[in-house]
Parts: sequence; C-alpha cells; structure tokens
Amino acid sequence: MDVLDVARWQFGITTVYHFMMVPLTIGLGILLVVMHTMWVRTNKPEWLRMTRFWGRIYLINFVLGVATGLVQEFQFGLAWSEYSRFVGDVFGSLLALEALLAFFLESTFLGLWIFGWGRIPKKVHLAALWAAVIGSIVSAYFIIAANSWMQHPVGVVTNDATGRPEQVDFLAVLTNNTALAAFSHAIVGALMVAAALLVGIGLWHLRKRRLAGLSPEDVDHAVWRRSVRIGGWASLIAFVLVAITGDYQAKLMYQQQPLKMSSAEALCETEAPAPFSVFAFGKLGSNECDDVHSWTVPALLSYLAHGDFTTAVPGVNDLQEAYAEAYGATYPDDPSFGDKAGEPIDYTPLLAVTYWNFRLMIGMGMLSAGVAAYALWSTRRGRVPTSKIGVYGSLLAVGAPFVANATGWIFTEMGRQPFVVHPNPDVPREDQVYFFTAQAVSPGVSAAEVWTSLIALTLVYGALAVVELWLIVNFVRRGVTTSDGAPTPGHTPEGDPDDDVTPGSASTRRADDDDVLSFAY
Amino acid sequence: MDLQTLWFAAVAVLWTGFLLLEGFDFGVAALLPVIGRRPADRHLMLRSIGPLWDGNEVWLITAVGAVFAAFPGWYATWLPALYLPFVLVLFGLIIRAVAFEWRHSHHTAQWDSTWTNVIVTGSLIAALGVGAALGGTTLGLPIDGDGTRVGGAFAGVTWSAVLGGVAVLAYSMVHGAVFLALKTEGPVRLAARAFARRWSLVAAVPLLAWAGLVQLREGTAVTAVLWLVAALAVLVTWASIRVDREGPAFTAWAVVMLASAATIFGAVHPVVVVSFIDPAFDVTIAEASVSDYTLTVMTWAAGFGLPVVLGYQAWTYWVFRKRLTADPETPHADATEEPVRA
Ligand code: HDD
Ligand code: HEM
Ligand code: HEM
Repeated sequence: MDVLDVARWQFGITTVYHFMMVPLTIGLGILLVVMHTMWVRTNKPEWLRMTRFWGRIYLINFVLGVATGLVQEFQFGLAWSEYSRFVGDVFGSLLALEALLAFFLESTFLGLWIFGWGRIPKKVHLAALWAAVIGSIVSAYFIIAANSWMQHPVGVVTNDATGRPEQVDFLAVLTNNTALAAFSHAIVGALMVAAALLVGIGLWHLRKRRLAGLSPEDVDHAVWRRSVRIGGWASLIAFVLVAITGDYQAKLMYQQQPLKMSSAEALCETEAPAPFSVFAFGKLGSNECDDVHSWTVPALLSYLAHGDFTTAVPGVNDLQEAYAEAYGATYPDDPSFGDKAGEPIDYTPLLAVTYWNFRLMIGMGMLSAGVAAYALWSTRRGRVPTSKIGVYGSLLAVGAPFVANATGWIFTEMGRQPFVVHPNPDVPREDQVYFFTAQAVSPGVSAAEVWTSLIALTLVYGALAVVELWLIVNFVRRGVTTSDGAPTPGHTPEGDPDDDVTPGSASTRRADDDDVLSFAY
Repeated sequence: MDLQTLWFAAVAVLWTGFLLLEGFDFGVAALLPVIGRRPADRHLMLRSIGPLWDGNEVWLITAVGAVFAAFPGWYATWLPALYLPFVLVLFGLIIRAVAFEWRHSHHTAQWDSTWTNVIVTGSLIAALGVGAALGGTTLGLPIDGDGTRVGGAFAGVTWSAVLGGVAVLAYSMVHGAVFLALKTEGPVRLAARAFARRWSLVAAVPLLAWAGLVQLREGTAVTAVLWLVAALAVLVTWASIRVDREGPAFTAWAVVMLASAATIFGAVHPVVVVSFIDPAFDVTIAEASVSDYTLTVMTWAAGFGLPVVLGYQAWTYWVFRKRLTADPETPHADATEEPVRA
C-alpha cells in the first residue's frame, strides 16, 4: 500500500473509534441532564442514584473521547498536510472555534461537576452539568459544519493566485443545509446509543433482582425501572427523528452527491420511476454496476429521492460519465497526484461499501427501536420481564446503534470518494471548489512512518478498548451501591433534603467524603 | 498592528497559557515519584490537579486549532516535519488522560501504582514532546523551500528540539512544586518547598538558554528587556521560596514563563517555522496565513469567546482554591478491596 492508502486506513480507524465514544457522550449527556434536573426538582433518591450511576459511566467514556479526540486535532496536519493547506481558509477556523467555544465549556464545567459534589450549591452544580452537555452539542455542531463543508462547499470563491478557496461568507458556512441536516441526524442518532444502553442494562438488573427475590419496592428497583422506561421512550422518539432527518438528508444528497446515493441503491441505469433495491446480489465487489442485481420495490426510490412516484433518478453509469466529462477522465499528470498522476479516475464509490453500510445503518436503527418497544411492552404497568432471550437480547442489542453510527459515517465518507472536498453542484462548473483525496496526503511523510503510527495507534486503541470495556462491565455488574459497598440497604446517600448543598457537604461531609471522592478521584 | 500579527500574538498567548497552566499539572505528575512517597501523598497530589487538568489541556487543543485556523501553512509544515515525534506526544497525552480517570475506577494497590506510573510516564513524554516541537519551530527544523522535511523520520529532532523539551519539563517540575506548596498542607507541602528551593535556579537555565538563542538570532531591544525580566524573575522566585513565601514565588515563576515566551515569540516574529537549512526557506506569517476575511471573523469570535472562557476558568480555580490535606484514611490510599461506588 502506498502512503495514501495507509493514511486513509489510519484516518478511518481512528475517526470511527473516536465516534464510538462521541455518540455515547452526547446522548448520555442529554439523558443525564434530565436525571440530575429531576433530582434537584423532586429530591427523590432514585434520581440521585441514577445520576450517579450513569454519570460514572459517562465519565469513564468521556475521557476516552477526549483522548482519541486529541489525535483527531493533529491528524489533518500530520498525514493530510496538502489537504490542510488547501482548505485552511475555512476548515481550521471551525476547528478553532470548536475548541474555543465548546471544548473549554465541556471540560471546565465537567471538572466542576465531578469535583463539585458537596462543594458548591446544588443549583450551581446542576448548571455545571448543563453547561458541559451544551458544550458537547455545540462541539458536534462545529465539527459537523466542518465536515459538511467538505461534502458541500459553500461560502467560498477560488483565489486565482493561490488556486485555493477563500472564505467570503462565514454565515453561509455555518448555515450550510448539509450541516443542519447532518447535525440533527447525528444528534438523534447519538441519543439512540445512550437510550439503548439504559434499556439493556436496566432490563438486566431488573431481571437479576427479580430472580434474586429482591423487593420491587426499594430505591434500586425504581432506578432500573425508570432507566428502562426513559431509555425505551427516548429510543423510540429518536428513531422517528432519525428516520425523518435521514430522509431529508437522502433527498439533499440526491441533489448534492447523486453518485453517492445511486451507488447506495445499486441503481445502474437512469430510471423513471426508479425502483428501490431491497436486497442486492451478484458481483457487488467488482464495482461494475451491471454485475449487480436486486430485488426491488417499484417506484419507491423516486419517492425517497424526490417525494413523488414518477420522477427519474439518475443511475450510476450515467453519472460516472457525467462526472468524467466535468472533472476529467484521468488525474492530471502532475506530481502532486503521486502514483495516481495520469491514471483514470473511478468516480463510483465502492458499491459494496455504500450499499451495505447504508442498509446496516438503517437496519441496526430499526433493530434498536424494536428492542426499545419490547422493553416498554415487557415493563408495562410495573411488570418485570424474566425471559432470558428478551433480556440478554436487549443487552446484546446495545451494540446496534453503535454499529449504525459507524456505518453511517463510513457511508458518508467513503461515498464521497474520490473527492476529499466534493464539488458543489449548485455553483457553475468553472467556479466550483473541489479537491481529490489523492492530492491531500502529506508529501514529506514516508509510508513507513504512517505504517508505524497506524500500527501503534491501533494497538493502543485496542488495549484501551479492552480496559474500558472491562471497567464498564465490572461497574455495571455491581450496580448502584452505597457507601458501605453493600447493594442498597436502607441508607441513602443524599443527605439532608433541606440542605441546599449537594451530598457530602457541611454536616454530612465526613461521613460520605469517601463516596464523594470515589466519584471524583 | 495588522491582523496577521494580531493572530500571531493570539497564538503565542494560547501557547503561553498552555505552558503556564498545563505546566503545573505536568509538573505535579512528574513529581509524583519524587515527592509522593506515601500513597496518601500521591492521592493528595492528584487531587490538587484533578478538577483542572482537562480544562488546562484544552489550551493545547485551542493553540493547535488556532495555528491551523490562522496559519495553515505553519500547521501543514510543522506537524509533518515532526510526524513521529508528534505521534509520540499524542501517546503521552492519551495514556495520561485515561490514567487520570481509570486510576480511581478500580481499587487494588497494584492497579493504583500501575496507573500512577502511567500518569508519570505520559506527562513526561508530553512535556518533553511539546517543548521539543516548540523548540524546533522557533530554533530550526530541516525544512526545504516547499516546506517539506529533508531527511529521515527523526531529522527534526535536533539539539534545538532537545533544548525545548528539557526547558519545558524542567520549568514544569518547579512550577508543579510551587503549585503544590501553595495548594497543600502537610508533608507534601514541605517536600514541594524543598524541591523548589533546591532546583528553581537550575531549572530555569534551559528555558533562558532557549529564549536567549532566539533573541541572539532575531531579537529586538524590547525582547532583550523581556529576557532580562525573565532572568530577574528567576531570582525573585528563588529568594521568595527560600523564605517560604509561596504566593510571591508562584507569581514570579509564572512571570519567568510569561517573559520567556514573550521573548521567544517576539523575537522569532514574523517567522513561524525556522529552517536551519537556509533562512530563505523560513515560513513567515504572510505566507502561512489565511485571508483577512477569515482572520476578521475569528477576531470577533475570539474577542467574544476568550474573555468568557477566562472568566469561567478563573472562577473554577477560585471554587477549588482551598488548601488540601492528605487524609491518612483516604479511601483508596492503600485499599486492596474497596468496592467501587456509584
Ligand atoms: C458529532 C460529534 C463529533 C464528531 C464528528 C467529532 N467529534 Fe471530537 N468530540 C466530540 C464530538 C465530535 C465531543 C462529544 O465533544 C467529545 C467526545 C467526548 C468528549 O470528550 O468530547 C469530543 C472530543 C474531542 C476532543 C477532545 C476535547 C476535550 O479535551 O475536551 C478533540 C480535540 C476532538 N474531539 C476533535 C475532533 C476532530 C478534529 C474531529 C474530526 C475528525 C472530531 N473530533 C469528530
Ligand atoms: C469534521 C469531521 C470529519 C472530517 C473533517 C473528516 C475528514 C476526512 C478526511 C480528510 C479523510 C481522509 C481522506 C479520505 O480517505 O477520504 C476522511 C476519511 C474517512 N473518514 Fe472522515 N471526517 C470527519 C468525520 C468523520 C467521522 C465522524 C467519521 C466516522 C466515525 C469519519 C469516517 C471516515 C472514514 C471511514 C474515512 C475513510 C474513507 C476512505 O478511506 O475512503 N469521518 N475523513
Ligand atoms: C431510519 C432511516 C435512516 C435514514 C433514511 C438515514 C439516512 C442517512 C443518509 C442519507 C446519510 C448520508 C448523509 C451524507 O452522506 O451526508 C446518513 C448518514 C448518517 N447516519 Fe443515517 N439514516 C437512518 C438511520 C440512522 C440511524 C438509526 C443512525 C444511528 C443511530 C444513523 C446515523 C448516521 C450517521 C452517524 C451518519 C453520518 C453523519 C451524518 O451525515 O449525519 N442513521 N443517514
């Protein structure tokens, strides 16, 4: 493999890995805010315990998000220096604003929240969590705006002297319709991740307690039951929103990157009305569209792409030709294209990748929503499910929305190949800004160097995943426990309800300093 | 001042903020094996930086982000020139971040000491590495006319990088010691004071040497004065800590960094990457910068954002201003089978 391929693998692996933590941080943050707010408003002990239990998982996960995010911040310069030079006028400012306006908020107030138990007034402490979670949502907005600019560059003109895009309209970059669509889709997708976790773990604990003959009256029971109910509803609502925003995105993509969508549908020839492919077979891997056959639903694709059952949808073969005409059939014979100089350009993304990742994303989302419906049904009016298959199935299905998120990104990113900055079709051809992935990689860095970092990063990330999972599983199995480590007898840690300060303060400080500290350090 | 110079100054401020703030948490971590003899002491030292390190680290992220945002030509020359060294820094930062969180997530003496060691190792790598990268860009990297590195993977690691790395680590260790003297009570405070007393003069030498070298190459009268201020502040630190005046010592030691960084960035301006192959290959702010429009947008954003950030960060420091004491019965001082609690 040459530098380009290794660098692409490295970027893909590290970014998808980062995006394992990210949706859990965002989604769980939102649910945590609800729990903590409910505790401050009602003073009911189960809300406090929920906040603490899920808060602990949030933190274990958060820190890995920070650690892997650091790599992201440097990657564009390390392996993609020509990309960074090219997009610098737009892209860097979004990253810098993300750090300035979001990361500071997140990390500073999360520090305050972790160590603030018992040290600051209750409401201020709650506000700290709000600030941190708002920070993570703002950060998602800026980074997705950056990514969406690569999908659909707006607000720029080409500077003839440098040949690079120059920003002329920052507001247009911030309100890019691609960004608004992708952001709303990604946020509700993140909510599905956290909701599935609440459902899976909650059901498992409920069943275990039931089998152990523990009382359904105590606080712990309320903790798990409420987790399942909140998670179940959040998951269902988020799934509806994911479908709505996803449908909007698909319509947008048909205008902005038609080849991505048609290859996701394995639609070879332009058809009117166009059918929707349910299952493709044949030689998807050969990347020759005509080798692929599908079971189809007539006219459905026309509806998905354009909102009616008749309009034509362009097929892969026609689009490939149109792109070759507009952007060249071969790469320019220029050293900046490395080994690719003069080679023919394949504008069709890998069919198998786009087709199956798109379907996996949707399928895993449906699966997760199905599990949520099961959880709500099986816990209706105080019931507790004892079905081993149901409960362990729900636990396994916690992975489904993670897969949906990863496949969604892989589809989005690999679907725009061979461009790293895809041309914006709303702009006249001669004014379009675009950049091929083949030009983007750092010229001075050797394949051996990128191999070294790729292998090293993968090993470290693998090791981190093992420890992380082990810690989370250990912690989850122990469940909600109190100061003395026993699983929830009478003692509740919330201190004096009249006290305007969070637990651990003033009079109760000594008694449960332990508890506070173990939450902190 | 034109916008490019303004943003050069802004980037310099961000790097200085990072060195000043993350400096003491790097330092405290590096001092764990030196001062933290008992488990309870180590626990106390970690508690002193616990609420602050992540916020401090965002100064690094913002500094790198601002380099990319304002001077993509700097970002795209500097990072690939030091590709593997930067990857090593990232490792240091990764293992350190997870160790802070994971150390207290499980409780056996073995687990505690393993992750304590990881914190120490990660902090050492990160402090040395970031210092080396800054030393390289201000004193010289092997860069040709296209901004591409000449030579093998470690060609960028020269004496100037070593000097920068040692300077930042040495500075941070004394900084961490003075911070601990200020923040804690008991044996840690005494040991930290003793450390600062013994090492403050020596620890300032590499930093002053680095600033002095940049000054000799391109400095002005103003930066020469700044260098003298830095040198003077070293003496003030030393004198204050000798008479156990921790507050003044901390302030003076902060001035050491402020004045040194001002000397370095002030003298190297308008160059952002120095090429030691040929001064003609130096990358300057004019070549590296984005358009005036983008700089204007960012000036507005930063003009609004930075004061707010400074405000709430200062407030958190104030919330956690109290001196900390080691508790002989700290929960996981020596615990072997303490359960994790929600
Ligand atoms: C949709 C959201 C999203 C996406 C697409 C990305 N991130 Fe991220 N990132 C977050 C959402 C997020 C977050 C939710 O804000 C995190 C995750 C956990 C955390 O600590 O904050 C975070 C952490 C995080 C950090 C550490 C922040 C800290 O110390 O507090 C950095 C430097 C980055 N990210 C940078 C990036 C870059 C350069 C990306 C582009 C490839 C990227 N992230 C993709
Ligand atoms: C602002 C956010 C993002 C930016 C700026 C960005 C940018 C890039 C760049 C520069 C590449 C390398 C060139 C290429 O091979 O296409 C890439 C590839 C890739 N990115 Fe993204 N990306 C972002 C977010 C994400 C996220 C969140 C994910 C998934 C979790 C992701 C998944 C991938 C994958 C899988 C590849 C490899 C694609 C391939 O090799 O064909 N990206 N992206
Ligand atoms: C239910 C039907 C769904 C539809 C119609 C849909 C549609 C889409 C489309 C068209 C894209 C590509 C956008 C682009 O190329 O920029 C996309 C991307 C993505 N999808 Fe979905 N999606 C669905 C479900 C889900 C689910 C359940 C999840 C996760 C839980 C998810 C997570 C993502 C993510 C993370 C991306 C990449 C980031 C983005 O562009 O927002 N999607 N989706």
